[in-house]
Amino acid sequence: MSEGQQTPQTGEPEDAEPETVEATEASERPVTSGAESVARALERTGVETLFGVQGGAIMPVYDALYDSPLDHVTMAHEQGAAHAADAFGIVSGEPGICLATSGPGATNLVTGLADASMDSDPLVALTGQVPSAMVGTDAFQETDTTGVTNPVTKENYFAGDVDSVGDTVGEAFALADAGRQGPTLVDLPKDITTGPTESEPAAGTAPETYDPPERADDEAVETAASVLAHADKPVILAGGGVIKGEACDELREFATEYGIPVVTTMPAVGAFPEGHDLAMEMAGMHGTGYANMAITHCDAMFAVGTRFDDRLTGGVETFAPGAEIIHADIDAAEISKNIAADYPLLGEASVVIEQVHEAMADERAADMAATGERFQEWVEQCQQWQTDYPMDYPMDEDGPLKPQFVVETVDTATDDDTIVTTGVGQHQMWAVQYWTYTEPRTWVSSHGLGTMGYGLPSAIGARFAADDDQSVVCFDGDGSFLMTLQELAVAVREDLDITVFILNNEAVGMVRQWQDSFHGGRRMASEYPWVPDFAALAEAFGARGFRMEGHDEVADVVEDALAYDGPSVVDAFIDPTEDVYPMVPSGGSNGQFVLAEEQL
Amino acid sequence: MTEGLQGPAPEERPQPSGRRNAQGIRIDPEMEAVHDPRRTTLSALVQNEPGVLAKISGLVSRRQFNIESLTVGTTTNPETSRVTLVIEEPEPGIRQVEKQLEKLVNVISVRELGDDAIRRELVVLKVHGEEPDKVNAITDMYGGETLDAGPRTITVQITGDEQKIDDAIDAFRQFGIRELARTGQTALARGEEWTTHAEEERYERTQVRQ
Repeated sequence: MSEGQQTPQTGEPEDAEPETVEATEASERPVTSGAESVARALERTGVETLFGVQGGAIMPVYDALYDSPLDHVTMAHEQGAAHAADAFGIVSGEPGICLATSGPGATNLVTGLADASMDSDPLVALTGQVPSAMVGTDAFQETDTTGVTNPVTKENYFAGDVDSVGDTVGEAFALADAGRQGPTLVDLPKDITTGPTESEPAAGTAPETYDPPERADDEAVETAASVLAHADKPVILAGGGVIKGEACDELREFATEYGIPVVTTMPAVGAFPEGHDLAMEMAGMHGTGYANMAITHCDAMFAVGTRFDDRLTGGVETFAPGAEIIHADIDAAEISKNIAADYPLLGEASVVIEQVHEAMADERAADMAATGERFQEWVEQCQQWQTDYPMDYPMDEDGPLKPQFVVETVDTATDDDTIVTTGVGQHQMWAVQYWTYTEPRTWVSSHGLGTMGYGLPSAIGARFAADDDQSVVCFDGDGSFLMTLQELAVAVREDLDITVFILNNEAVGMVRQWQDSFHGGRRMASEYPWVPDFAALAEAFGARGFRMEGHDEVADVVEDALAYDGPSVVDAFIDPTEDVYPMVPSGGSNGQFVLAEEQL
Repeated sequence: MTEGLQGPAPEERPQPSGRRNAQGIRIDPEMEAVHDPRRTTLSALVQNEPGVLAKISGLVSRRQFNIESLTVGTTTNPETSRVTLVIEEPEPGIRQVEKQLEKLVNVISVRELGDDAIRRELVVLKVHGEEPDKVNAITDMYGGETLDAGPRTITVQITGDEQKIDDAIDAFRQFGIRELARTGQTALARGEEWTTHAEEERYERTQVRQ
């Protein structure tokens, strides 16, 4: 019961209060050790919340944080700390910060770092390390952390000098945020953090060898604008870079001025308001039929901040085969990596969109003195596809509970700025398909890595970054939830107002769906013969637990769960046979998406 | 009760003409452009910091770039090293290697060297010593040097471009090669040309300092 869980919490604020007061004074104290320099560097970032797990080799840093005004959220597991910091970064736009000790602490971060790396999420990880003299001896809790994390970080550092360790942390933070965002890591040997120094960390700046482009070449912009202006069937493909690059306003102004349909990738959900006349919503494997028709049949594509992931493109041979591709990106290595760019534009998303916007004005004025009518026929075609392929699901009021109905009901019951986090699998797809996203940074998910278990810890991180009046809900699957459910203890301890909806089909549903479709229904290791009673489990943690089974009780349970001011878990017993459609089979053509299993 | 997903089935939908190749390049199906792998040399100026080599080799390995050789050595500036990579990739792959290398924070600049670049490699060969005169003759023929000569083995070094080294190794086979070690290729741009674009500026900076 909710009363029961109050007991462990009441002690905390009393302990915390004097600590905070003391801490403000402490930050004016001179630095005396490497760890204090690290703490000071963290304070200088402006990020006030850290997520981490204590442990031997990182203890000196925590000791310095004892005197710091920064808030630290103790997570149950380092993976949770990484995901929480990652979500904090997605929602706030600033790098999230996580801490872990050496060895298992560091290796537990790896999934979170890989996740952030794939999605270009800004994240800084600080790991403890055994003392320098013991590095390489297979000491207790020693792991080659920079070696292990090399492929999954934008850059990592082994701090070897006590006088510059604070500067290194500052640089790692700046680099995580600069250019194409991503995760960075600083490995902190214990002798460096305990070592004496009076060195105040410098204001963090990215290294001079990291020099991301800002403004695209003007001539290239003019050519690209001309291609778009003369196209008959142009499409804007907005990628995650539009949100990461704070270019949503520029995108909206550009698209609406010229009347160009906008398709988004999954990380870009929320970049352009769904429901807008020009919004084709998400394309790709489980994208909308109309988005996939639009990107398949366009003759010019203005792709911004996307890496043309295979879940978006389907088979590259049939991806937008008739389109000239204008690819704007801040990372030169993404140009022509998966899809050849006919017109590459290197620069920041917001700047490049504005450049093209202006150049196109000249181009169109000179060419046709036209209004925004030019693409009218194409826009009507796209809207016709919206009519032809509506997003809908079969539902019988008295039949088994449809997960899509749960998503829609929660959407209706919450404000537009509500943040949705998810795990990975079928529930994630229903949450992206049947929720109307109208604002950036409200969709928090694991896209590139596909990390089951991302939902709950990311909801915790999002909660700390969100405004107080913003709701945070998490859609999870029973399989995903079981991977990181220990973080519920954190949500209760911190008294976080988050609501988790477990779309429970007693299976790893997406795997089950693929087995049915592509493995002759041989359901190996995908169905759970038994799953825990999630509502009771939530209560045992000190959260509120709810259950829902019939369509008629959904609205009431949703209302009660959302109304509860604290963490709550809703166990929704959904139709276990429900599958995710539309679907572009792996490697297939987007335009050949199927609407049901029979069409595969 | 709602209906569920509707609309024309896949086969009833219009299909656009045209296609792309495996590299995502739009192609004319009539005359598909084939990108054959080609062997080329990339030079990278990198910061001389611990871990740089691991980062480069990790990148090459995880992105499955086809690499023939990789050499590293310091430059006149103790803060920088030069890495020379010989790779064999189709054109889009070469551009990817270049850009992915350039993306590494510790890499200052990268460039693909032209055909006229100066390329050199060194091989140390240890052959059986039964015919020292003949070994000596071949060594001279290739402008090499004898490093060690004993009753049973003779060790020589040859420097040159890749073709010359290959030829020399072939020539020494008649004596029976016990062991050999090749350094891999190192290279500089020819004449006044700078090897990578960051070098001119860096050179001028050091001149000012001096």
